[in-house]
Amino acid sequence: MPNPRMRGAMPAVGAKNMKKALGSLIGYCKKYIGIVIAALICAAVSAVLAVTGPDYISQLTDIITDGISFSGVNIDLDAVKHVAFILIAIYASSMALSYIQSFIMNYVACNVGRKMRTDISQKINRIPLKYFDSHNYGDTLSRVTNDVDSIAQSLNMSVGMLVTAAATLISCVIMMFVTEWRMALTAIGASAVGFILMGVIMGRSQRYFNARQISLAKVNGHVEEYYAGQNIVRAYNSEADSLKAFQAANEELRKNTFKAEIFSSMMMPLMSFIGNFGYVAVCIVGAALAFNGSINFSVVVAFMIYIRLFTSPLGQIGQGFSGLQSAAAASERVAEFLAEDELSDESAKTKVLKDVKGDVEFNHISFGYDPDKTIIHDFSAKIKAGQKTAIVGPTGAGKTTIVNLLMRFYELNKGSISIDGTPISDITRENVHDIFGMVLQDTWLFEGTVRDNLTYGKSGISDEKLMDICAQCGLKHFIMTLPQGLDTVLNDNVTISAGQKQLLTIARAMVEDAPMLILDEATSSVDTRTEIKIQKAMDALTKGRTSFVIAHRLSTIKNADMILYMRDGDIKESGSHDELIAKNGYYAELYNSQFVGA
Amino acid sequence: MFRLLKYLRKREWLFAVFAVVFIVAQVWLDLKMPDYMNIITQVSQGGIDPDTGEAYVMSDIWLNGGFMLLCALGSMACSIVTSFFVVRIAADFSARLREALYTKVQRFSMSEINKFSTASLITRSTNDVQQVQMFIAMGLQMIIKSPITAVWAITKIAGKQWQWSVAVAAAVSVMIIGISIIMLLVTKKFKKLQRLTDDLNQTTRENLSGLRVIRAYNAEKFQEDKFEEINEEFTSTNLFTGRVMAFMHPLMSMVMNGISLAIYWIGAYVINDADLMSVPGLFADMVVFMSYGMQIIASFMMLAMMFMIAPRAFVSANRINEVLDIHELIKEGGGVGDTAEKGTVEFRNVSFRYPDAGEDVLSGISFTAHKGDTVAFIGSTGCGKSTVVNLVSRFYDVTGGEVFVDGHNVREYRKNELAKKIGYVSQKAVLFSGDIRSNINFGDNNADDAAVEKAVDIARCSEFVSNEKGGIDGRVAQNGSNFSGGQKQRLSIARAVARDAEIYIFDDTFSALDYKTDRELRAELKREMKDATCLIVAQRIGTIIDADLILVLENGQIVGKGTHKELLESCPAYQEIAYSQLSEEELKNA
Repeated sequence: MPNPRMRGAMPAVGAKNMKKALGSLIGYCKKYIGIVIAALICAAVSAVLAVTGPDYISQLTDIITDGISFSGVNIDLDAVKHVAFILIAIYASSMALSYIQSFIMNYVACNVGRKMRTDISQKINRIPLKYFDSHNYGDTLSRVTNDVDSIAQSLNMSVGMLVTAAATLISCVIMMFVTEWRMALTAIGASAVGFILMGVIMGRSQRYFNARQISLAKVNGHVEEYYAGQNIVRAYNSEADSLKAFQAANEELRKNTFKAEIFSSMMMPLMSFIGNFGYVAVCIVGAALAFNGSINFSVVVAFMIYIRLFTSPLGQIGQGFSGLQSAAAASERVAEFLAEDELSDESAKTKVLKDVKGDVEFNHISFGYDPDKTIIHDFSAKIKAGQKTAIVGPTGAGKTTIVNLLMRFYELNKGSISIDGTPISDITRENVHDIFGMVLQDTWLFEGTVRDNLTYGKSGISDEKLMDICAQCGLKHFIMTLPQGLDTVLNDNVTISAGQKQLLTIARAMVEDAPMLILDEATSSVDTRTEIKIQKAMDALTKGRTSFVIAHRLSTIKNADMILYMRDGDIKESGSHDELIAKNGYYAELYNSQFVGA
Repeated sequence: MFRLLKYLRKREWLFAVFAVVFIVAQVWLDLKMPDYMNIITQVSQGGIDPDTGEAYVMSDIWLNGGFMLLCALGSMACSIVTSFFVVRIAADFSARLREALYTKVQRFSMSEINKFSTASLITRSTNDVQQVQMFIAMGLQMIIKSPITAVWAITKIAGKQWQWSVAVAAAVSVMIIGISIIMLLVTKKFKKLQRLTDDLNQTTRENLSGLRVIRAYNAEKFQEDKFEEINEEFTSTNLFTGRVMAFMHPLMSMVMNGISLAIYWIGAYVINDADLMSVPGLFADMVVFMSYGMQIIASFMMLAMMFMIAPRAFVSANRINEVLDIHELIKEGGGVGDTAEKGTVEFRNVSFRYPDAGEDVLSGISFTAHKGDTVAFIGSTGCGKSTVVNLVSRFYDVTGGEVFVDGHNVREYRKNELAKKIGYVSQKAVLFSGDIRSNINFGDNNADDAAVEKAVDIARCSEFVSNEKGGIDGRVAQNGSNFSGGQKQRLSIARAVARDAEIYIFDDTFSALDYKTDRELRAELKREMKDATCLIVAQRIGTIIDADLILVLENGQIVGKGTHKELLESCPAYQEIAYSQLSEEELKNA
């Protein structure tokens, strides 16, 4: 079925490096190379068979005209039957081969697509977090779905189409010349004129397609922005202004749509004119030759079919190439992502930290997200097992950096962080992650049951234990009210407040029961009264564990054993609450500011 | 779909009529060609011209050939002219539809927006309109042209040999039945594919947004398995639909090739049985029958295609209609004009429930804010404090009781009048692409440069604004993404300040700021806007400690009302909040 969106002249986005892009695509297909070749042979044979059809139709015509004479009509009906059966056999095998080709290519395309998706999905988990500092999620997402889809689709359609079309074209040309060279020239000449005309027109239309794409993006952008800010638009009586801006963009889109669509809708009439033109040319020349008696009329009949067989593959070859081109661009994007540097391989690391006590030492660490721009300069500190470390500072001060370093989401530039005397770079990341339980500011839950969300990747936890933990977090009532309790699937249909989400993530950390804890603004989206509940739960959780706490509310961290004050990415002050107040620096200023009313 | 047709104007209907005229002309020309072909065939077969009764000569070939070529040219010209009209209709229509949707959504209040969700409204205004437009641009022509061609071609061959007509009819039925079976098999699977694509997206999005958590819990395998499960199902469904759809092409060639073969095969018998006189005519008929037969089959094929792509456009049309059909709940008031009172807000026994909700979100809310007062709302999440202030701006209408602004019920105001009195700052900062000035002078804000600078200064934005290239002419990217969260929030406060309103509403605006900025900013606001009434929704005690009136909400009801000092003594709920944030000692000293 022709894809309604693939209308001839869509702007094809080419790959930057065609050879490399196709190389990676071929890499994926290697496994299937045998059956792909078989499929292509099927396609070619099927096409050639189909092209021989007109010759037999022409034979039929001959048999009929031979049977007509001035003495009466006496057609050799047995001969007719004979030729007809041959034709049926030819058409049937051509169709069968064509189906086999589609079947194989579909199989290959689906499997290549699946492999690519799997690879990307696994790659996401092996790529350093750093990558996502400079690439947005939408970009990666569109590689998983759009790009892979477009690759699979062109593998499925374009490759077979190209081979079929090429085989048809070549055998058609041969058959035409074999049948009648003058008529062959007529047919080819007539089509060539048409296609040159079409090429010229389409070449000029490209910029209209681009213009339409741009104005479409503009309208969509405006709509997105203003719908999202609807309350503000209404509150500031900006309806008229925003409508005016919209109308301007919309009008531009209307004009560009019109121009682009005019060109793309000219494709069909042009194509059919080329067909008709060829048909007429063949008819005239053929009839003239037949009138002279230099050919049989059967030749004209054959050419009437040849001309149809000949013009359609030309269009298909164009379509096939633009399909391959967009597949190349897509596979380049996929290959690019798959070739991104991965986290270093740690299979050689055998050291495993178990039964962690929780002494942590920062030893002259320096770090910067951008290697040229160090933000933490030479920081050292010792934290004893069971102590609570608080990280404070204004928004955007880089408090999360410390978490990133502790969890080895990012690697240090210099210095080391050790746990119980072992530098964390000596053990595997997996081991580091096992040591820490973590609750983050963005309350991330996935679509799955409450149970899965709580036990996340951990097995052998009894329901009693789970409910016990939920009770500690004040979640018991909430879970009891869910239709299927712990087995309720959390999705868009279940309304969970921000507070409940946060409690669930805290419960998750409690389930994990790791020796050390990181709480990154864990209570910021919870109101203060719920926070008391959580605080109690967390106090129980942090008891005896080394913990790192990032918090807005200074009351929650005042009792910390060590406070790190961060600003502009760097650690500016460190020490206990009393020490820092006595120092009367940044922290003291921040702390005092909360008591002064406006 | 058809209900959307009312968005077509007279001119477009006229264009549609023109398009039909040209389509008919084109079909006529297309079907005329085989007639000339018929004559040419007879010429080459040594037939007799029925008009003159003489044998055809060579010049008849050139003449009729010339006519054929003219027909082909004319057909193309008609087709291009038709496209011009159709494309024009599609472009104008979609632009108008988009604008209708946009103006409609602009009138929506929060209840209507929540009904659809913002994301869905965006898709409806962009993608769905695009779908409808595509359908009109392509489908309209085919839907008109195919039946005309089919019927006309059938009448042309109707009087001729019935055996050939049967063959054509059989071919058409085989094709229709074949396509129906294929569609029947895959339609459900295509829907499933759509759902699975969404699932693939969803799982990947989930994995991306939860990267840290996933890694922290060593749960990579868990996520990958989940993805693989969907991937597996997606692939097998795709394999199935691919296999079924692969029948399409052989089916088409079977019908096309079958009909040529059938016509000649049947022709051999028909001619064999005919008497000598009618043979050349029959022979010519056979050749043109091929052409007509092909035309008929191609028309039906086009129609079948239309039936495949139409449902998508119809679904989109329905989604558009759903938006256009909504009756806005908030009715425009008659207008109040100038008010005697300024800057007062009064709630009288107000209750509110969301549409379709079973329970009230707010009930029995009464309070009065006088000119220059600061009234604060505090309470746990979900207690309804933001809802209270949303009722003042009439983002929602109360379901019981009354809300008064400047002594008049908010329902009496025209929307613009009421909005003019209020400077609203939302919880989540909203900026629009443009420059800083256009964001501060937003809507009917009309501040000169000095006033803009001053608003920027009051909202503590001067420091980062002066660092921007061009100062207040500095660029603001879409959604203000070139500013940090705190900066965006301060700019949105500057926008409210520049409004010079009677009443300011800060809906949990200050929680995004650190304590120090929060304090400085409020001090500055207090100094600069002494006469303005402020309604503040807050989480931190520090933010509201010296409000004139603090309302403590719990489950949509007022459980405490008074100043900080009074509440600290009398209201247990307030005490609980206060002690959770500050120690007893600190509160006393404050």
